[in-house]
Amino acid sequence: MQELIPYLINGISVGGQYALIAIGYTLVYGILRLINFAHGDVFMVAGLVMVYSTTAMPMYLALPLVIAATVVLGFVIERAAYKPLRTAPRMSLMISAIGVSYLIQNLAFYITGGVPQPVTVPIPWISENIMVLGASTKRVTVVTPVLTIALVVILVCLIQKTKIGMAMRAAARDFETAQLMGIKINSVISMTFVIGSFLAAVGALLYFTNYPSVAITSGSMPGLKAFVAAVFGGIGSIPGAVVGAFVIGLCEELIKGLGYTTFSDAFTFALLIVVLCVKPTGLFGEKVTDKV
Amino acid sequence: MKKVLALILTLAMMLSLAACGGDSGSGDAGEGGTSESGNPVVRIGVYEPQTGDNGAGGKQEILGMQYANYVQPTVDIGGTTYDVQLEIVDNRTTPENGPSAAAELMNRDVSVVLGSYGSGVAMAGGTVFEEAGVPAIGVTCTNPQVTTDCSVYFRICFTDPFQGPALASYAYNTLGVDTAYTLAMLGSDYDQGLVYYFTEAFEALGGTVVSEDFPEGSANFVSYINNAKSAGAGVIFAPVSTNYAQLIIEAASAQNYEGSLLGSDTWDNNMVVESTVGKNVSVEVTTFYQEGGDPDFDAGIKEWMNANPDALTNNGGNDMVAAVTAMGYDAYFTALEALKLAGSTDPAAVLEALPNVSYEGVCGLIEFDEIGDAKRDQAYIKQANTETGAWDFVTVQGVE
Repeated sequence: MQELIPYLINGISVGGQYALIAIGYTLVYGILRLINFAHGDVFMVAGLVMVYSTTAMPMYLALPLVIAATVVLGFVIERAAYKPLRTAPRMSLMISAIGVSYLIQNLAFYITGGVPQPVTVPIPWISENIMVLGASTKRVTVVTPVLTIALVVILVCLIQKTKIGMAMRAAARDFETAQLMGIKINSVISMTFVIGSFLAAVGALLYFTNYPSVAITSGSMPGLKAFVAAVFGGIGSIPGAVVGAFVIGLCEELIKGLGYTTFSDAFTFALLIVVLCVKPTGLFGEKVTDKV
Repeated sequence: MKKVLALILTLAMMLSLAACGGDSGSGDAGEGGTSESGNPVVRIGVYEPQTGDNGAGGKQEILGMQYANYVQPTVDIGGTTYDVQLEIVDNRTTPENGPSAAAELMNRDVSVVLGSYGSGVAMAGGTVFEEAGVPAIGVTCTNPQVTTDCSVYFRICFTDPFQGPALASYAYNTLGVDTAYTLAMLGSDYDQGLVYYFTEAFEALGGTVVSEDFPEGSANFVSYINNAKSAGAGVIFAPVSTNYAQLIIEAASAQNYEGSLLGSDTWDNNMVVESTVGKNVSVEVTTFYQEGGDPDFDAGIKEWMNANPDALTNNGGNDMVAAVTAMGYDAYFTALEALKLAGSTDPAAVLEALPNVSYEGVCGLIEFDEIGDAKRDQAYIKQANTETGAWDFVTVQGVE
């Protein structure tokens, strides 16, 4: 048991990081029926902003800047690349998302010169080493799942209790009717992207504290895995995305712990195929709850 | 209105493309062109990664060549003074991008090629150089197949069949460790080759080796470190690129790993050594050159780097001299020696002259054996100083 503990702690932490990204996929899918392929790259940009801002300014300015910049990026992507295609077939929207993803990667390539950027000024406190149940780890490993759960609870409250949350649920249920009922659909959609990007930024802060190097492809693997987590939990469902992310994070680390390191990534994608074949709606993706 | 907008956008894009095309075109002078000084020009190709996982290392290697070109911009070939022009291409670290970058160099009529950092991409380029009959001098690509599988490839550094056993010997005899854990990236010729030679030698000495691989793009090495701990490994040998090296150091520090991290020549990079600062880790690497080995060279290149902001950025932001930079410097002069011996800028003549080159560089004497490898039997071992963020010299290691 003692030997298992480091893998479990690490797996839960990885799951928390995936969950923060997965919510961004699931929210946008719930409302727009769009798989936002650029989401992983928004995550990567948050990491890059973190690298540059933490070296240039004090931490209390740098961290809000990371979050603000990421939120603005998410908002701008929606306005520039998705809004003009609102009446276009859904496939065009998807292709536009892929285009945005490559555009962001290549812009980052231009800025960084293609060389991975190390995080030289880690965020204090959460980057310190601590002992948990006899296993050494960084404090961020413990903070991540706690913060993730807290943010999810706040998000669920926001969607269930507030006016904008109600508007989001309405838009998810029936896009056109919601519009007829006087819901400003554009601001609802923008809000979805703002929330998704905010969570991705928080995820990036935690992720790149744990693994302090940002390459232009840093976002693609976590992004893909978070996407698998969202599908596994039932895309469109927030609790589903969170549960899916924790399951995938834990399984990955336990597989590595069993010595099958080569297959840890393969497992995640095999799981995607199995879920799509056996239960295409995912764990929580029932017809009625297949909405925000 | 929309159509007009789309048209304007398309036109703007085409114009910017045309502008880019114009830039790259202006660098080309015709065959046998002359430079501003009126001297004829001899071109030396630089085949190095500037982007991707090995971008940082490749840039440092180029720095050595650029500094050498600054120190010695001309060469006398057959009684005529030629200006040396470096033709630099980016092979983007990966073997699939290598051949097109190599072909680009062939189009620029180079007499000899230097590089590449990274063995996989060097082998990919080797086939192109061989077809064109242009000799190449490997600077720090240590996989034996670079030279054995290619008739035009030479190399000035030691090879993995030497480096792996040297580290195994250091771990077993000097550190007194009998269980080692190796970590390599899947699909990397360099990583897998070194792990193979290390394992072979370590087991021959009487030790046990636990080997694991990670997929490209991994960032989370925590579980690997835990696996090493539960295997009871006294050293982790991870001959990976600098990006992963930093992440492995971070994970080892977070997991409180008490053994040593052993790195190969790729780890000899100032970004790696800086990532150890303030951490409770022991990092030891084999390398080609230790700063201080040639004070004149160190002083000269530091002055040059500090005068060039771009050079300083490419070196990772400080003026520490990486071993690959010193090797790049030696490679440039080895190429000049070969050109002098050949008495011609014809690649075929240079290829014929290369086996006879003997040059005393800052990293030691360079002479080639019949395969084209440098005759070397010693590697420097240095340790990261976690307080100052510099390398401390440990020992000169041979194979026992």
